Amino acid sequence: MLAESLFFSAVLFTIGVIGVLTRRNAIILFMCVELMLNAVNLTFVGFSRVYGAGGQVFVFLVMTVAAAEAAVGLAIIIALFRHRHTVDLQNINLLKG
Amino acid sequence: MPPFDLSIPAQLTAALGPDLLLMGGASLLLLWAAWREPSQAHQRAVGYASMALTIVVGAYAIWSLYQLRSATGGPIAVDNFRWMADAVILLGTLFTIALSIDDNERENIPVAESHVLVLFASSGMMLLAAAQDLMIVFLGIELMSLSVYSQAGINRRSARGAEGALKYFLLGAFATAFLLYGMALVYGATGTTNLADISSRVTRLGLAHSPLLVIGIGLLLIGFGFKVAAAPFHMWAPDVYDGSPSPITAYMAATVKAAAFAALLRVWMEAFPAAFAAWQPAVAGLAVATMIVGNAIGLAQRNIKRMLAYSSIAHAGFLLVALAAGSTQSGSAMLFYLLAYTLATFGAFAVIIVMARGNDRPVMIDDFAGLWSVRPWLALGMGIMMLSLLGFPVFGGAGFFAKWYVLQAALQSPTPQTTLAVILVLTTVVSAGYYLYVVMVMFMKPRPEGSIAPGATPALTRAVVVFSVIAILLLGIVPDRFVRLARAGIMHAVPTADAAPAATASTAGTATP
Repeated sequence: MLAESLFFSAVLFTIGVIGVLTRRNAIILFMCVELMLNAVNLTFVGFSRVYGAGGQVFVFLVMTVAAAEAAVGLAIIIALFRHRHTVDLQNINLLKG
Repeated sequence: MPPFDLSIPAQLTAALGPDLLLMGGASLLLLWAAWREPSQAHQRAVGYASMALTIVVGAYAIWSLYQLRSATGGPIAVDNFRWMADAVILLGTLFTIALSIDDNERENIPVAESHVLVLFASSGMMLLAAAQDLMIVFLGIELMSLSVYSQAGINRRSARGAEGALKYFLLGAFATAFLLYGMALVYGATGTTNLADISSRVTRLGLAHSPLLVIGIGLLLIGFGFKVAAAPFHMWAPDVYDGSPSPITAYMAATVKAAAFAALLRVWMEAFPAAFAAWQPAVAGLAVATMIVGNAIGLAQRNIKRMLAYSSIAHAGFLLVALAAGSTQSGSAMLFYLLAYTLATFGAFAVIIVMARGNDRPVMIDDFAGLWSVRPWLALGMGIMMLSLLGFPVFGGAGFFAKWYVLQAALQSPTPQTTLAVILVLTTVVSAGYYLYVVMVMFMKPRPEGSIAPGATPALTRAVVVFSVIAILLLGIVPDRFVRLARAGIMHAVPTADAAPAATASTAGTATP
């Protein structure tokens, strides 16, 4: 059970990393980051079957922080959209050099 | 005083006193900040109150330092390292708020909450400095990062600011995921998140080469590498530093880095000393890459904020040398370095704020041409900041001893890091190319025809410059007092083999080089 959940979460995490590295839409990038966080949650839950509740407590912290992160992140994406009328990172290039 | 027993809630509260005071005070100030209509007067009033709160919390932290108490077990540490890191963090906080009050007025950002966000970020940093449990490290990093993400985009009229904030947010969140995965694997390898327990279980169960632990440490290093902007995870830093308001840039360059390094050092020295052989080459490699990349690309910069961004990357490399040395002197060397770097960075950014023309236009190094002829004191102050960042003897003051102590930690560690020390010295020589260029431009180039002199320096900004210059020069004359204090009770729990030679080394280190 442990091996399967670890393998599954590693696969999810890798999909998230590949998504962040290849996609260019800010919202999709953010979704990929959330996927990575949830993959980590799965790892914690998997390990807490062996070690007890500590990992599950960590999962609650991660979920709370991820919610706060979504609030701040979406606000920043909206602030940028008001200036550029796009959330595509390809078109966002004021800062260079 | 008896050590805190952290299993008793009242004692845990007392041990977290300064952190809780800052969090509670910041929450009250947030209510007050949101109470009135946004205006410059209100922004100023909340700013002054935030500075007062920072000073009170700083005094509390320094008082705690002289109590010399320790703690047994539990999720937070009580030691000199924590209180001195807090002092450096709160000094940066005070500077940031002082500069923000003036900068908000100049850039017409009447947002009183900006000061409260700095306070929340700083309370996260204080948690980081205290963290002795991976959960607290995570909470501290996120409280700090989330507040700073929104700080980066606080100027809602600036497209560059919004772009910087988005880049910072996306890459910061990406880094957090790596950090967390590393924590999960370390938890999986050892079955605990407490740093001291991790260390004892790694030793007792012989886990130093367990793949789970080694991969976990590697992922943690990637996560921290992003947070401290170490090469090759530094790509976000120049863009974000360039786009953010200058006081926040200084805060990100100096104070965020100080807190991240405090946590990095504590996690590595308290949780993973037994796995030294596994992580040392990785940290050393990161240090070399960061020193070379930061200093080499810094040479090509013409925008002063981007130049200081690469300088900040290079300084992260120098700090990583102290970590890679892994000796008992690493902590005190790192603290002194962070103090010197904080002073010089905030001083330099205060001058940049005076030079800014508004309208979202970046400040170029050539804007400093002939500054000596129109604003001699400002030019002199900036010159001392540059020399301090370079680590020049005497005129660079604290900056010289900062590098000196890091070199000492590298060379006197149980496994001397001669290669790292040589690369540190060589890259410092390279960095003279851009630091001295600024000095040369200010003092030797003529002022271009028709260029307007920078406006009058606002009182708080001037106070930051004057304080930084005096502190840098004073620390350049008597650096040993701070370092001795830092060495006295550095991380009670560090179980390294060279605890005994540290006492003799501290006297040797104070001799003049």
